[in-house]
Amino acid sequence: MVQNTYSLFNLAYNAIHRHRHWSTAWRKPEPASAYDVVIIGGGGHGLATAYYLAKNHGITNVAVLEKGWLGGGNTGRNTTIVRSNYYLAANARFYELSMQLWETLSQDLNFNVMYSPRGVLNLAHTPGQLGAFASRGNAMRLNGVDAELLDREQVAQRVPQLDISDQARFPIWGGLLQPRGGIARHDAVAWGYARAADALGVDIIENCEVTSMQRENGRVTAVETTRGRIQANRVGVVVAGHAGTVAGMADLRLPLESHILQAMVTEPVKPVLNTVVTSGAAHCYVNQSDKGELVMGGDLDGYNAYARRGSPAVVQDVVSSALSLFPDFSRLRLMRTWGGTVDMSMDGSPIISKTPVDNLYLNVGWCYGGFKATPGSGWVFAHTIANDEPHPLNAAFRLDRFREGRALDENGAGPVPAAH
Amino acid sequence: MQIICPWCGERSYEEFRYGGDATVVRPTASEAADDDAWHEYIFVRDNPYGPHEEWWYHAYGCHQWFRVRRDTVTYEILSTVPANHRSGDRQA
Repeated sequence: MVQNTYSLFNLAYNAIHRHRHWSTAWRKPEPASAYDVVIIGGGGHGLATAYYLAKNHGITNVAVLEKGWLGGGNTGRNTTIVRSNYYLAANARFYELSMQLWETLSQDLNFNVMYSPRGVLNLAHTPGQLGAFASRGNAMRLNGVDAELLDREQVAQRVPQLDISDQARFPIWGGLLQPRGGIARHDAVAWGYARAADALGVDIIENCEVTSMQRENGRVTAVETTRGRIQANRVGVVVAGHAGTVAGMADLRLPLESHILQAMVTEPVKPVLNTVVTSGAAHCYVNQSDKGELVMGGDLDGYNAYARRGSPAVVQDVVSSALSLFPDFSRLRLMRTWGGTVDMSMDGSPIISKTPVDNLYLNVGWCYGGFKATPGSGWVFAHTIANDEPHPLNAAFRLDRFREGRALDENGAGPVPAAH
Repeated sequence: MQIICPWCGERSYEEFRYGGDATVVRPTASEAADDDAWHEYIFVRDNPYGPHEEWWYHAYGCHQWFRVRRDTVTYEILSTVPANHRSGDRQA
């Protein structure tokens, strides 16, 4: 079946015909017995990898295996923020690739991912923090990333809802703004990549959990799944939360721990906040979705966890922090809270890498921040799988960097997974 | 989640500080120059799906460190012992 292009013409045509002629966005194929590449994990990163394998490298005999439904894991649980405001050069350059891809992603995929460059503002609450932000902003600019240092009046002008009084629990001294940062619609990213990959011939197989991996002579040859055995020349692991479990099927032990991270939204209200506001000191970040909900998140619950549920104490902590910044939001009611299992690596940076097992590749350990990297992650991981060597932009994200003493510790927090 | 302190009994997890995986062992003197041993100790974790040996500290209580065996999926506390007990002396 040929997919409809999403266009004004097709919209008008289908409106006249009562929307009975839209094609489905992607097929539901039965798994074949063998593929050139099997991607484990049908979240944004796995689907983007499949798309760029087909588009950039001409490898279309690809299956994406998803144990649940597309985007039902951390792709659908994050707070949708996109940014590339990193200090370390390897991080800044890698995340900036994603920023550039975000800017044209809707056109590229013919699917509206609702990328909204509304600016990401990090608040500085002390003169020392503002100085550190000046340093980070300069580092960003040297790496070609946009950054603006704002003083208190400029912050107040941009986000008038903030309490900038001297009595504020966290007095505001200024902030670092990345104007091109913002938000995108997370479900649309998964659906858009799935539809575009499917159109290039990729098989997307939902309700298909990988239960074991088979190896011969040090290389991976097949995966056993709940829908049968699938042979694979190459296997890419792109799972969140369960990276250690899946890598363990190939006897790999990883430098990461699984933790729980919660997020929450208020009831929807009229537009009130047009910037993503984050505060490291208050431990929270707030933005307003296009539906009008205020989306908030904060710190990890702080103990190893695979269950996607956390403590109400953390919800209270995030909400009270947000209210100390935005007292006006105090009468809004929380509508939903939820948790996701995040793979916290030992330096806070992801692992996009070859492994000691031939033909097995890892794209895991995204800590708090996988969503923003979805396009670039797929781009460089597809390159890594297709060429059996890393793209220059993920060469620093190797699995063996920890052993080699080349950790990418953006926060200088040390080898503590819950500290990043 | 409720944590069972061996001294104070069952208390809300908000009273505690988490101390991480209790199975990692610092390299011995004979292994001290071995990069693999340090790499394992500092970075690599079993990260089990299920029962996990871990350290907890009763920060807003008796200020004692202790070992807890806790399920990372159900959050059930399987056992809890004072820090100076060997793992063989586990008690319910």
